[in-house]
Amino acid sequence: MAKTLYDKLWDQHVVKTRDDGTALIYIDRQLLHEVTSPQAFEGLRIAGRKPWRLDANLATPDHNVPTTKTERDVGIEGIVDPVSKIQVKTLDENCDEFGIVEFKMKDIRQGIVHVVGPEQGATLPGMTVVCGDSHTATHGAFAALAHGIGTSEVEHVLATQCLIQRKMKNLLINVEGELGAGITGKDVVLHVIGLIGTAGGNGCAMEFGGSAIRSMSMEGRMTMCNMAIEAGARVGMVAFDEITAEYVKGRPYAPKGADWEKAVDAWADLKSDADAQFDKVVEVKAEDIKPQVTWGTSPEMVTTIDGFVPKLEEAKDDVERSGFERAYKYMGLEPGQAITDIDLDRVFIGSCTNSRIEDLRAAAAVAKGNKVAETLKQALVVPGSGLVKEQAEKEGLDKIFIEAGFEWREPGCSMCLAMNADKLGSGEHCASTSNRNFEGRQGYGGRTHLVSPAMAAAAAIAGHFVDVRQFELVK
Amino acid sequence: MEPFVKQSGIVAPMDRANIDTDMIIPKQFLKSIKRSGFGPNLFDELRYLDEGQPDADNSGRPLNPDFVLNQARYQGAQVLLARENFGCGSSREHAPWALEDFGFRTVIAPSYADIFFNNSFKNGLLPIVLDEETVDMLFKEVEANEGYELIIDLENQNIVKPNGDSIAFEVDSFRKHCLLNGLDDIGLTLQDADDIKAYEDKRRQSSPWLFDQVK
Repeated sequence: MAKTLYDKLWDQHVVKTRDDGTALIYIDRQLLHEVTSPQAFEGLRIAGRKPWRLDANLATPDHNVPTTKTERDVGIEGIVDPVSKIQVKTLDENCDEFGIVEFKMKDIRQGIVHVVGPEQGATLPGMTVVCGDSHTATHGAFAALAHGIGTSEVEHVLATQCLIQRKMKNLLINVEGELGAGITGKDVVLHVIGLIGTAGGNGCAMEFGGSAIRSMSMEGRMTMCNMAIEAGARVGMVAFDEITAEYVKGRPYAPKGADWEKAVDAWADLKSDADAQFDKVVEVKAEDIKPQVTWGTSPEMVTTIDGFVPKLEEAKDDVERSGFERAYKYMGLEPGQAITDIDLDRVFIGSCTNSRIEDLRAAAAVAKGNKVAETLKQALVVPGSGLVKEQAEKEGLDKIFIEAGFEWREPGCSMCLAMNADKLGSGEHCASTSNRNFEGRQGYGGRTHLVSPAMAAAAAIAGHFVDVRQFELVK
Repeated sequence: MEPFVKQSGIVAPMDRANIDTDMIIPKQFLKSIKRSGFGPNLFDELRYLDEGQPDADNSGRPLNPDFVLNQARYQGAQVLLARENFGCGSSREHAPWALEDFGFRTVIAPSYADIFFNNSFKNGLLPIVLDEETVDMLFKEVEANEGYELIIDLENQNIVKPNGDSIAFEVDSFRKHCLLNGLDDIGLTLQDADDIKAYEDKRRQSSPWLFDQVK
C-alpha cells in the first residue's frame, strides 16, 4: 500500500502495538536543555532509574544563557540572574552525574538545541527526534519524525528510549511554483498559518511538499518545519533529497565511508509515495506568497507587507471578533492601519526559527552599507550557535552588522522568549524573526511582529516595516 | 500522580480562544527546577496588574479585578471552561503543573493543542473535549448561576450538571486507566523492556550509524 513519509517513519519505529490503538515508538535521539529537563532527571533519581541509552542523548543550555560577551566570558558564574544560573548549573550537574554528553556554555558547539542538532549531524534522516521543546518539529526538515514533548515524556524517554503514541493524521501542504525574489521559508510558513489557523494542524503530522519546497535550502525547510507547531501540528516534515544529503554529509556525527553509502540508500525512500493518501491537502501557489508580517497576538493574525490591520467586520465569528478586539488593544494598533505605518522600537534577528548562517547572510545583505534608524532603541543579532557565529565572523557578517548599528551577540534563545536579560519593554514594538507573537512572550507588555530575517533587517534600517523586495528603491 | 475518579467543583469561565501556554504560565517562572509551586503565578499577566517575578511573594501584588479567577464567585474553582485550541504554543509541562497547583483538576474546551493535551494526563489533570454548542451552553449557564458546580465522573465518562442532566464525554481508554489509578507510565513501559531491547538490537544491525556515541 502506498505510504506517506509519516507512515513510513512511524512504521519503522513501532516497537509494539497495543490493543487500544496506541503504540510504543522507539526514539533515536533526545535533545535536552536546561528548562524542561531538571524535573525529569529528578524523577529518575527519585525512582532510582538510569537512562536507557546514554548515546541517544545530547544536551546544551540555550534558553537562559546570557548573550553579552562580558557575561559569557566569565562562564556560569557570570550569569547575573541567580535563578537562571541555578538552572544552567543544574543541567551541567545532571549531565555529569548521568554521563550525558553536553555542549556546555563555553563550548563553541553550544547553541540553540534546534540549531545544534542538525549542525552536528546529530539529527539524521529517518530518525525519531524528541526534545522538551515544541520547536523540535524543526528536525523534520531532514525527513525525520520529530516533535516536542513535555517533561514527563522527557523522563519517559530517558528511562525507556520510547514514547507511548497514537498515530496522527497526514496533512500535506503542497507549495507548487517558484517563490518570488526575497520570499523565504518564513514567509511560506506564515502564509500557511494565515490560511489554516493556529489550530489547523492539530492532530496532524504536516508534510511540506511541492516544487517550491524541493528547491528550498535546508535552512528554509528548517524554518518552515520549526513553525508547523504554530499551525497546531506537532510534526513538520520534508522529504529526503539531494539537498538533504548535501547538508548532512561530513557533519561530525553523520555516517562515514561505507556507512554513508548504506545510509543514503536507506534514506532515498524517505518520501511520500506518489499515490499516497493524505487525510487533508492544502494547495498553495508559490507565486501568491508576499513578505509576511504578523499584526496581532497569535501567529494566525498575519498579513502581507502591503496589507492592513484587519477590521472587525473581517472576523469570521464572535470568538475571532473578541480576539481581534483584545489584540488591537494589546498591540496598540487601529483596525485598518497600514502595516508599513507601524513604528518600531526594537529588532530581533535570532531564535531557533531564523538564526542559521543563511538567515544571517540574508539579513546582512540588507544591512550592508546602511544604518539602523535612529528611532530604534536596539537591533540585536543573535547567532544560533557558537559555530554559526564563527562562520558568520569568517564571512565578515559581524562587521557589516556592527557598522550598521546592530549589536552582535553570543548564541542562545535570547529575545525569542526573554528568559534571559534580552527583552522588550512594555508597549514596545519589535520586528522579530522568532516564532511566537503571544502576549508577553518577548517581555511583559511587549508587542511582537514576526517577519523573515531580511524583512527584520530592512525594518531596522527604515524604523518601520518596508517591503524588502523594494528595499533598494527605499534606501 | 494523584488518582482522578470523581470530582465536583465550581466552574470558572475563561471566554477566550487560543489560550496559550505563555499565558498560562509566563516564561520567567520556568526557571524553577521543581514541579510544584506554580499556582500563585497561573495566568500571571492576566491575574495581576504588575509584572511577576520568580520566587517573589505574590500576596501583596495588585490584582486585576476584571480577571475571572479574581472574582469572588469563582473562588475555589476546580473546573476551567474555555474556548477552542486551549494550551497552544510551547510544550512546557509547567502549564498543567500550574493549573493543578492552583487547584484545577478538569479543563473543558472544544479543542486542545496536542502537546498540552498529552501533558495534562501525565499530571492528573483531565482535559475534556465537548462540542462548541455544549461549551457555549455551559458558558451561559455558568454566567447565569452563581456557585455553578459540575460533577466530573471519569469512571462513567459523565459530567453531571446542577439540574441533574448529564453530558457524556470521550476519553482514551489507556489514559483513563492511568488517571483512575494514578499510574506512572514509565513503570508500565518498562514491562515491555524485552521488546524494546529486541527492537533496538535489530535497529543497531540495520542502521549502526544511529548508535555512534556523540562526544
